[in-house]
Parts: sequence; C-alpha cells; structure tokens
Amino acid sequence: MDKPLTQSEIDTWKVPVPGGSVLLAPADRLAQWARRNSMWSLTFGLSCCAIEMMAAAAARNDLDRFGIFFRATPRQADVMIVAGWISVKMAPFIKTLYDQMPEPKYVIAMGGCASAGGPYRDSITVVKGADQFIPVDVYVYGCPPRPENLINGIIKLQDLITSEHALTRRGQPLPPRTPIVIGGE
Amino acid sequence: MTSGILRSRRPIRAAEVGLGISITVAIIAIASAIPHLPWQLLKPLTSFVARYPLLNALANAAMVANFVALQCLGFIWLERKFAGWMQARVGPMHVGWKGLLQTVADAVKLLLKEDIVPTDADKPLFALAPYLVFVPSLLTFMVLPFTSAWVGYDLPLGALFVLSISTTSILGVFAAGWGSNNKYSLLGGVRAIAQLLSYDVPLILVMLSVVMLSGTMSLTGIVTQQEKLWNIAAHPLLMIPAFLIFLICTLAEVNRAPFDLPEAESELVSGFHTEYSGMRFAFFFLAEFANNFFSAGLAVTLFFGGWLGAGLPAAVWFTLKTLCVIFLMMWIRWTLPRLRIDQMMSFCWKVLVPASMALICAAAIAGVSH
Ligand code: SF4
Repeated sequence: MDKPLTQSEIDTWKVPVPGGSVLLAPADRLAQWARRNSMWSLTFGLSCCAIEMMAAAAARNDLDRFGIFFRATPRQADVMIVAGWISVKMAPFIKTLYDQMPEPKYVIAMGGCASAGGPYRDSITVVKGADQFIPVDVYVYGCPPRPENLINGIIKLQDLITSEHALTRRGQPLPPRTPIVIGGE
Repeated sequence: MTSGILRSRRPIRAAEVGLGISITVAIIAIASAIPHLPWQLLKPLTSFVARYPLLNALANAAMVANFVALQCLGFIWLERKFAGWMQARVGPMHVGWKGLLQTVADAVKLLLKEDIVPTDADKPLFALAPYLVFVPSLLTFMVLPFTSAWVGYDLPLGALFVLSISTTSILGVFAAGWGSNNKYSLLGGVRAIAQLLSYDVPLILVMLSVVMLSGTMSLTGIVTQQEKLWNIAAHPLLMIPAFLIFLICTLAEVNRAPFDLPEAESELVSGFHTEYSGMRFAFFFLAEFANNFFSAGLAVTLFFGGWLGAGLPAAVWFTLKTLCVIFLMMWIRWTLPRLRIDQMMSFCWKVLVPASMALICAAAIAGVSH
C-alpha cells in the first residue's frame, strides 16, 4: 500500500547524466519497505488480550504472512504489542523492555486496557493506558480486539512506517509520530 | 477488508508443497551455479587468478561466502514456509511472490537496526563473538564436495578438518555468553558448550566408523568410493544406525529442537545471543543456517553417495539429496518438544556413546572381512 508519488517528489530523485537524467530511488524507500515487512514482535503478553494476540499468530490469521514473528529478547524485536491491562507493578518492567529494544521501535496498544485502562479504569492498581509511560503508535480498540482488528492495526502501522522518514543522521532524534486509533467510534 | 485477509484459509494443497520445494531447488541450484558461472565466462581472468595462490584462495573464499549467503536466503524462507505448513498456516505471503523476498527484507532491516552494546559488556569479546561463530561454519564449506570438480579445497584429511574446525565455534559461543555480561547469556553459553562438546564425541566416533570402512579421510575420496553402491545400501546393518546417530548428533550440534536448549525461550530468553541486536545477531543466524546446510551435506557425503546419481547434473543431485536431509531435520524440529538438560546429557553419554563405540567395533570387523 504505497502512497502515490507527487511530481515534486519524483523530481528530487532526478540525477542528471550526460544525455538526460536518471531516477535514483532513495535508500529511504528500501529501508521503509524492509521495516514494514519485517516487524519482529516481542514475545510478551499481559492478560486476556494476549490470548487473542496468540490467536492472531496461529493457524487462521497467521501473522507470519506479514513477516511478523515473535522474538523472545527485546534486543531483536521491532514492535511491542502491549496486550492486556498493565498493573502498577508491571509498568516499570514494560518501560525497561521498551528501553532495551533497539531503534526504530514501535508500540501497539492492544485492547481497551492498554489504551486507556479499560474496564479497570477506576482501579488503583491498574495504569490508565500504556501511553502514560511509553509512546504508543497504534491503539487497537476492543475488549479483546478480534485478531482481524489487530491485523488491521498492524497494516495501519505499516502505512505509518511508509509515510515516515526512515533514515536519519546518527544522533539526530527520530521525528515524532502521530498515533493511529483503530475502531471504537 | 477482513474477508480479503482471511481468504488464505484453506487446506494445504499438495501442489503448493511441490511448488515450494521446486522453487527452493531452483534457488539453491542457481546459488550453487552462480559462483561457478563467472569461472566459465571469465576464462582469461581465472587463468590470471590461478597463477597466484593467494588470489586463488581469496577467490575461492569469496565463492564460498557468496554461496552461503545465497543459500541462506532460500533456506530461511523454506524453513518459515515449512513451519507454516506444519502448523496449518501459510507462512510469509506478502513480500515478493509467496513471500520469497521475506529474508531480504529481514536482512535489510537488521542492517539498519540500532547496534546495541551493553554498558557492562566485555566489549572486544562481545564484538568478536559473532565472527568467531560465523567463520568456522564458513570454513567447513571449503572442503564440502558439491561435485568432484567444485570443492573449495580437497583436503586429504577433510573429515578431520571438518570436525576440528566446527568444534572451534564453541569458543565464539562462549565468548558471546561471557562477553554479554547477562545471566541468561552466560547460562545459554554454558549449556551450549556442554551440549556441543558431548555430542561431538559420538559424532566423531560415527564419522570414524565411516572413515574406517572407506579407508580414506578425504571427503571426495569417501564419495568416489561409493561409486558402485551408496554407503547406506552397501552396509545397511552398520550404516543405518550410524546415520541415525549422525542425524541426532547434528541436530544437537546446530541447536535445533528437540535440542534447542541453549536458546530455550521459556527458560533462557534467547540463550547466548540474548544481548545481540541488528547485524551481529544476523551473523549468529547465518552461522546456524550455514551449519545446518553443511551438516545435511555432510550426511549426504558420508552416507548417500554425495553428488553420485544418474541423469541429472552432479550439483543438482547433491542439492536434491541435501534438501531431503534438510527436510528430515525440519520435520523433526517442528514436531518434537524440547528435551530437559539432564535427559539430553544422559541420552548422549549412556546411549549414543556406547552405541557408536559398538559401531566402531562392527566397522572394524566389517573392514577386516572386506
Ligand atoms: S481489553 Fe478486555 S480483554 Fe483486553 S486485557 Fe483488558 S479486559 Fe482483558
């Protein structure tokens, strides 16, 4: 699902050579393509939503079709799917895991609890959403969201990756991303 | 839009499986031909290169590295497809035709990932470890005979070279486990050493029995002496158990289920490469798949007559036979659960080692009566 190119964008890739000009597709596109097609996710589930996440990876829905498979260590993961409610005790560990992931990293908040506290919003032991302490890219609504909904969120995340600048200079901060909300009108 | 996503929900068709297998054969055949082709086309260059031993060696090394990298592309894709089929899934589908470019995407992404070195890590050791693991697995390919002509370097002591070189990768594994300064890495590294060292013993003994029967240690020599009959058919009573022991040992050597204890996710996060990200991790991955291909190729060389076969070109025969062994290994991997560490060790020392000792005695008797 590539976004259509504008003429000015194409013009920036033109490199003059004797007798005309050639288009050099930027390495940016290649990086975006690789990143969106190979999102390894962290093996990590918190509660009921995790069951639905496992279902999304299993026979019927098969996340491996999109190149997503679960890695056990945060060092090799690209996407963190926060699946389930986050207790106050668990939050620091999630933050540590997030910090241990190498850039570029993305977070999907799956379900009402990870998005905003869900049915436990009034409880004193449940954090009111993952975005209280880590940046979230996609909120997937539902209690629990169906696997199709999660896949929808993943496809939207792929679009997000396509629309951002993939390569930055060393030491330069990555540009901020605007989160996407799936469902829940 | 969900209906479109879920369209692929149907039983696996035999045709699809066949298609997958033939694509992989094609990929591996092309991969094995590519390093070969330039030699025919660039005759003047080759004669120039052949004049200088150092250049020649470098060219050979480049060919081998080329082959290993290309073969991994096909192999990893096949493994994921196969895992999918075993679990009633379809595997990678959306990157390239039937997911063929999946591994390319993974590799590019790993290249562009942040390269993390933990603060407390032993930095030189941490940086060196992936290469210490990768280089031995690359070196073993130097003596693997794809055909009688295409073998990097036909050592007279090929079998010994293979065993000694592949054992040195243990050093890299331990460097990774120790250098990461992480308890899971260290435990994984220690387990890996225990496993690799113990399973090396029956492996060596089994290879010794094959060598005793063939009367040569050169891998090409072992194949040419199977001209009349493959080893496994020539001495079935001896060679079938030998092949089984060999298969079990190689499964343990390449850390595949049911012997994937060094990287048991449920206990050790990811074993010795827990702290590795990006390209350094890719080297571990590459080494694992290269080892896997190599041990399948070695099994073919020792027991199934290497490149020998009628009709098809020799390299294709070798690739086909190797693929069969690889399929056997994948089948085992995706079927069996993981063993416990004590079961694994006692199985090796109480069953495999005595059995391979008995095989050596039998091979000696068979060799004498020959
Ligand atoms: S959103 Fe619903 S299903 Fe998901 S973790 Fe919360 S309560 Fe459980």
